[in-house]
Amino acid sequence: MASETRVPVSSAVDIVTARQKGRDLAMDLGFTGTDLTLVSTAISEVARNIVDHAKRGEIIFTAMNNGGRQGITIVARDEGPGIPDLARAMEYGYSTRKGLGVGLPGARWLMDEFEIDSIVGHGTTVTMKKWL
Amino acid sequence: MHVPVLKQGHYLIASVQSALSDADLLQLRDVLTDRVGKFRSRGVIIDVTVLDVIDSFATRMLRAVGHMLKLRGAETVIVGIQPDVAFAMVQLGLTLESVGTALDLEEGLAYLDGLARRNLKHGQ
Repeated sequence: MASETRVPVSSAVDIVTARQKGRDLAMDLGFTGTDLTLVSTAISEVARNIVDHAKRGEIIFTAMNNGGRQGITIVARDEGPGIPDLARAMEYGYSTRKGLGVGLPGARWLMDEFEIDSIVGHGTTVTMKKWL
Repeated sequence: MHVPVLKQGHYLIASVQSALSDADLLQLRDVLTDRVGKFRSRGVIIDVTVLDVIDSFATRMLRAVGHMLKLRGAETVIVGIQPDVAFAMVQLGLTLESVGTALDLEEGLAYLDGLARRNLKHGQ
């Protein structure tokens, strides 16, 4: 597997840094136009989820090359409180805070693949992929 | 990054210059609600041409700014949403609700002028 880029996320400013790093990497991989915007918007949503719910975590970008098929994997990982009801958290419009409840379900729509694992008391990991 | 706000007749124009952090958006909200009173502005244009991402938080803030300014007696129009950004917002199901939008600065000014004319006609 190709090299990883890690961006620590612990404040709102890091959200902007993470999406810009992700966008740059996606551009290097050959993504263009709308895909770049979709990828950076999805990063913004998962990064915000870290800041809002876990306070700190990290986003890891990896280039994928699967039998000539290229893409980007974005992992957002935190060691926060975890999500007790994952199904509920993935419901559009559901928010435990004052948000729009759009972040996680929205990120799933923006990307090609989306997985979320969460253990209460241990943290949450979102893995999402976009193929070229 | 501080967003400069210019006074143009009865209107205020806020030109976003670079990616906005949450704090920048909150500051923009506070500056605009304050200036609208100071300059007795009737309309506010927020130019987001340079933004390559408008996520759910930014959308919520823009909506809130529009609603707050409306309560202060001014109309808000967001201008310059890029095609890719519009696409991503639609994918996310994000709307600006009652906040106006226009293609660019020129159309934004025309939009506010149109609203002002309509309000005059209806004696508001």
